[in-house]
Amino acid sequence: MFFRKVALSSAFALMAGSAFACEIGARVNIIGNEFPAIQTVGAGAAECTGAEVTKNLTADHKDIHVAGMQGNPAEYTSAIVANSTLTILMNDDLVRPLDDLVAKHGQGLQKSQLITVDGKVLAVAFMANAQHLMYRKDVLADLGIEPPKTYEEMLEAAKMIRDKGVMQNPIGGAYAAGWNLAQEFNNMFIGYGGTFFKEGTAEPNINSEAGVNTLNMMKALTEYMNPDFLTHDSNATNAEYRAGNIALLNMWGSRAATQTTADGVTDEVKNGHAIAGPMTVGGGSIPASTLWWDGWTVAKNISDEEAEATFIAMMNGIRPELMQDAEVASQAVWLIDGYEPTDAAIGVFDAAKAGTVPYPMVPYMGLMHGAIGNELADFLQDKESAEQALADIEAAYRAAAVEKGFLK
Amino acid sequence: MKHRTFFWFFLPTGLAMFLFIALPIVSVVTQSVFAPHEAVLKTVENCTPLVGCTTETTIDQEATREIREAQPLGRFVGLDIYLDRGHLAIAELGEAWDTAETWGDFWDRLFNLPLYRALAFTLTFTFIVTPMLIVVGLMIALAVNSLHRHLKGLMIFFSLLPMIVTPLIGSLILFWMVDSRGIIGSALVGLAGDPNFSLKASTGLTWVMLIVYGIWHSAPFAFVVFYAGLQTLPKDQIEAAQIDGATRWQQIKYVVVPHLMPLVTFVALIQLMDNFRVFEPVVGFNASAHATSLSWIIFNDLGGETRQLSAASATSVLTIIGVAILLSPVLVRTWRDFKGK
Repeated sequence: MFFRKVALSSAFALMAGSAFACEIGARVNIIGNEFPAIQTVGAGAAECTGAEVTKNLTADHKDIHVAGMQGNPAEYTSAIVANSTLTILMNDDLVRPLDDLVAKHGQGLQKSQLITVDGKVLAVAFMANAQHLMYRKDVLADLGIEPPKTYEEMLEAAKMIRDKGVMQNPIGGAYAAGWNLAQEFNNMFIGYGGTFFKEGTAEPNINSEAGVNTLNMMKALTEYMNPDFLTHDSNATNAEYRAGNIALLNMWGSRAATQTTADGVTDEVKNGHAIAGPMTVGGGSIPASTLWWDGWTVAKNISDEEAEATFIAMMNGIRPELMQDAEVASQAVWLIDGYEPTDAAIGVFDAAKAGTVPYPMVPYMGLMHGAIGNELADFLQDKESAEQALADIEAAYRAAAVEKGFLK
Repeated sequence: MKHRTFFWFFLPTGLAMFLFIALPIVSVVTQSVFAPHEAVLKTVENCTPLVGCTTETTIDQEATREIREAQPLGRFVGLDIYLDRGHLAIAELGEAWDTAETWGDFWDRLFNLPLYRALAFTLTFTFIVTPMLIVVGLMIALAVNSLHRHLKGLMIFFSLLPMIVTPLIGSLILFWMVDSRGIIGSALVGLAGDPNFSLKASTGLTWVMLIVYGIWHSAPFAFVVFYAGLQTLPKDQIEAAQIDGATRWQQIKYVVVPHLMPLVTFVALIQLMDNFRVFEPVVGFNASAHATSLSWIIFNDLGGETRQLSAASATSVLTIIGVAILLSPVLVRTWRDFKGK
């Protein structure tokens, strides 16, 4: 029976004209985010035959992956992660070193795809991501404005657009209280040369000049945003852009290709859409943005057979042949061999070229990110001073870090 | 009832209460007095795409594993979590008390602390929504009860709709309607005559919106209970009142409301508990910048990238204590009534 199945499926594979055959001998279960590039990887992994491949791709993956990998055996054999989420899994020691599997099955991987920590490969990256500028070239050209290279120029451009009566609120930003708002703070703070922690410790270090400058710049930008900005996440900000209500925004590179393909995007926006690298701020040379990668891991608490099957299946999800499909190639800035950058990739490549720093991978960054997201809203509503807001963030972070055992 | 009979009669309920109420409370209290072990950190070299290798700090898993295995519950911290800034914030409160020059300054500092800020909204919500929904529920019940019997069924169905809609969905629908580009939002912009007018950007109006939503959502519950109560109202009492020349308002005040009083207590009890745990509208309306609640804090602690189980447990215990305090007047009264009989 088993052999008939194998024979049948390989016959089908041959008929479909594909040269690969992906055979696995144990179950595979994948947890991860749900954007198009990850859907592609998940679908590729699910093509393997011989054992069951299940996947749970959801925006809420962050809430369940720790719980789903803590048991022994773990429910999920692979988690698709990014910089920040790999740290979370590492904190609880849930991912397995992949060196032996890379040696055995990892032919075709580029060295740059291997995420190594302390000399051990812990994840295989398949795409890069960064937030960068998106703008309406038609609106800017009409007014004779150059695409902004710095946030100061962005403010000037916004002022001109408003003064000429073209748009009331020309700047967009994912400033929804919580994770999004904190991420915008991180970008700007790095742009001003700030460091989140005192060198080599978990002590917070954001109540500084860079912190105050960051907050003042964010406040200045919000003056040109839709007044509901504290409720606008990336999706809502994109909706504003697609509706033609905003002309300038700092947005995720992974959304660049789909920005004009949604239903109901006006022709004006379709033809006027343009992207560029991330902006700098305050005369700094490092862009006010962070560099991200997305990749997959293999769970620690599973049998070696399952780990091997998972590795083989995930390798099938990122095989170089996929890059020949134009639609797949446009979904992300792939790190896979054979990928030819599309127009939508300019922003992320510019970000990397300009020296954008990666999102910090320290174990307590998640707590800092959470504290920033909760404590910033008051300042942006003029309810407290920048210094007070920064002191609140440090105090909130400190309480959380003491609880989690990072600080005494 | 004989003790023996009572025991067997009560056993299934008792068992269920033990499993689903007592054990979770024990678990949550335990988790709130233990915290994760102090992390053993080490510096390592990380290599990532497009960037190359950098030096980063990470957790030393081998060293941490030994500590974890020796004490799997974590380290005992007693009431530390309850007293930290994320909860009762005793130290910050003391400092504010000592250094604040005016009452206004003290209140500002108090409401800058997450738990007290959440309490301010939670209590305001509870104490406005609960009486309002009882009044509105009673009004709907009286109105529906006086309709022609052919219309009653239809009206009952429509009055119940807000309760049938899932809270999260209901709040999301309203959220988009009050958006500055939504139907209610643009109408308000027109009325206010200010293109920058935004309901979602104002803390005061966000509170009003959440409170109105709370009443809209819960009034049908009060309505159903009161409507059922009205069906048990003896006709002869109303007729007697009418013969005495009582107006409709007097009939309601002196006959109907006293008859429904036990139900009012019941609805108040249930709704005080429910409203104190207000959660869905805060999430649905994306309102956490303006209004947070105790339940939202728990959700936030558990939903971050780094889960804070101890912090969430401590807030849960504080919520249980809060509910107990809120219900105590009603419970004391019920107990007195019971003793009096």
